[in-house]
Amino acid sequence: MSLLSVRDLTIRFRTDEGLITAVEGVDFDIAAGEVLGLVGESGSGKSVTAKALMQLNGKNTVYDPASHIVLNVPGQDPLEVLSLRRERDMIQVRGGAISMIFQEPMASFAPAITIGDQMVEQLTLHTEMGKKQARKHSIEMLDRVGIKEPDKRIDQYAFELSGGMRQRAMIAMALSTTPKLLIADEPTTALDVTIQAQVLDLMRDLVAEFGMGIMFITHDLGVIAQTADRVAVMYLGRIMETGPVREVIRNPAHAYTQGLINALPKLDDLDAPLTPIAGDIPSPLERPSGCVFHPRNPTLKPGSRYETEAPPMTEIAPGHFAALFPEDVPGQP
Amino acid sequence: MTLPLITIDDVSIHYPLGRRLIGTPPVLKAVDHVSLEIPKGSFVGLVGESGSGKTTLGRAILRAAPITEGRIRYSDGDVDYDVGSLGKEALRDYRTRAQLIFQDPYAALSPRMTVRDIIAEPLEVMKLTKSREETDQRVREIAAKCRLNLEHLRRFPHAFSGGQRQRISIARALVCGPKFVVADEAVAALDVSIQADILNLLKALQRDLDLTFLFISHDLSVVAHVCDYVAVMYHGQIKEQAPTRQLFANPGHDYTKTLLSAIPSLDPDDRHRARVYDPDA
Ligand SMILES: Nc1ncnc2c1ncn2[C@@H]1O[C@H](COP(=O)(O)OP(=O)(O)OP(=O)(O)O)[C@@H](O)[C@H]1O
Ligand SMILES: Nc1ncnc2c1ncn2[C@@H]1O[C@H](COP(=O)(O)OP(=O)(O)OP(=O)(O)O)[C@@H](O)[C@H]1O
Ligand SMILES: [Mg+2]
Ligand SMILES: [Mg+2]
Repeated sequence: MSLLSVRDLTIRFRTDEGLITAVEGVDFDIAAGEVLGLVGESGSGKSVTAKALMQLNGKNTVYDPASHIVLNVPGQDPLEVLSLRRERDMIQVRGGAISMIFQEPMASFAPAITIGDQMVEQLTLHTEMGKKQARKHSIEMLDRVGIKEPDKRIDQYAFELSGGMRQRAMIAMALSTTPKLLIADEPTTALDVTIQAQVLDLMRDLVAEFGMGIMFITHDLGVIAQTADRVAVMYLGRIMETGPVREVIRNPAHAYTQGLINALPKLDDLDAPLTPIAGDIPSPLERPSGCVFHPRNPTLKPGSRYETEAPPMTEIAPGHFAALFPEDVPGQP
Repeated sequence: MTLPLITIDDVSIHYPLGRRLIGTPPVLKAVDHVSLEIPKGSFVGLVGESGSGKTTLGRAILRAAPITEGRIRYSDGDVDYDVGSLGKEALRDYRTRAQLIFQDPYAALSPRMTVRDIIAEPLEVMKLTKSREETDQRVREIAAKCRLNLEHLRRFPHAFSGGQRQRISIARALVCGPKFVVADEAVAALDVSIQADILNLLKALQRDLDLTFLFISHDLSVVAHVCDYVAVMYHGQIKEQAPTRQLFANPGHDYTKTLLSAIPSLDPDDRHRARVYDPDA
């Protein structure tokens, strides 16, 4: 059984304008020692999915009763995360078995407490360490994420750090408790590429050393290519394509994945125009019927089946699936 | 010969570092003797090490960080300002001419205001419009340019994802018609498709409105595509500046070379460990 197993995850939000669907019927697994990359357009539900793993979505969240999130830490009973009700029960998950690097670095540091005090608090709460040892370990972690003079930086407040240092401090904090599963939501966007490369090394080391599983959310397909074993591509709350990273990047089967790869600025052709995927992201109140991507899919003809019917996940190559009807699988007659 | 829009002349910016020491605290040279010219109508990229002083320099140009030493001059043919010593009136005027698009869309947007009010705020604070109708008109125009629809304008920012929020702050920065914009990691939170779209938009605005950009970014492929010139910062100093193509084809400084070699490759089989720049090598 996988470290994490998500089945049929559907997440809705109560809003003034009615119930909106942010995530619909999402399935994925993350094994110990495996890195799953999650990519997709802004608003596609990546952060909402990640937060569901620790029940961190807002009070207006409604999880569909069919949804399952099972955390299976070796040596412990499997845990059905969505059935945990009390804050007390959540503590073993949040910051214990699972750590999260948030997309919004400022939001995860309390403004009036130094970085060090927060890191020490985390460690004394979730590990056996005493204060002194926790401080020493925190300084080591700050050093490992490439923060210079960590013994001085540890006593600073978040607002005194540059964007990238703040992000690194958050990464250091999340990794310091050696979680079983790390959820990293855009962890390296504020970092320069050399520091980014160091942080990616550190994550890969922890995967190899402790068998940590990682859910890695990013817009940067290069970062995915460099870190992930498998990748899942999301659009409007649904997984459009998933598979081994080589397969998906080299032979993308879904028009949406192809559009994302096409939109990348290529270093080897600076004159090439930047080409966004045509059309707008629909309002969450007007979710398209059938395949949610159909209104923006340039390869479909009017009246196509995709307008009314949601395609199944069809296997294209071993372990490589896309939301396509079998007759549309590339290479089929 | 026309003057550059912005002339940064030997500027240094220092912050106190450390608080547990007795006596004068050590200073951090966030920006250390930097000189840079930003030609009118250009798109100048500022790249480099995280913590090297890019944001601080950008903020100093906008009079949002203290200038310890040196001079920053703004000259758009209409006005000529010494940014470090603007009087109250001139500073008010300067704020309409030079604007910032933030790095962190989460910290930037007040959760209690609707998107419409967030975008309208600069107009209202600076009293740039005569009526609510005029304000609404300006807000709708710029919102449409940033691909936000009318329904978005009524909502609160918490209901938006990171990328959507960044479009709101871009609209807010452009609503009062600035001439100079510091875009600090303005597309970092955007997915590649919207990123392509926003970059095309910023380039179109640069041409149509004769805007000048200081574009701070870690994404070197993006910088390569949109910037006319690039300056590379390391540890408070500009190590190299050159026209974009030249810099990418022929990097001169070792730090630039390390930086270019660290761009993550799209090829999963081309994985290698980080190379670390050693300034003493
Ligand atoms: N508490 C909430 N109430 C209502 N809607 C919400 C709430 N939280 C998120 N949403 C909506 O859910 C959708 C998915 O948001 P999410 O933050 O997961 O996107 P994302 O894929 O992480 O995007 P980005 O790449 O921009 O970070 C968005 O349309 C967002 O507006
Ligand atoms: N208000 C402040 N007080 C004290 N130090 C500060 C303050 N603002 C910035 N610094 C320091 O100045 C240095 C430069 O920071 P700056 O934010 O300009 O870096 P940056 O190049 O924008 O980095 P990043 O790419 O990570 O955003 C850092 O060492 C930072 O800690
Ligand atoms: Mg997100
Ligand atoms: Mg910065």
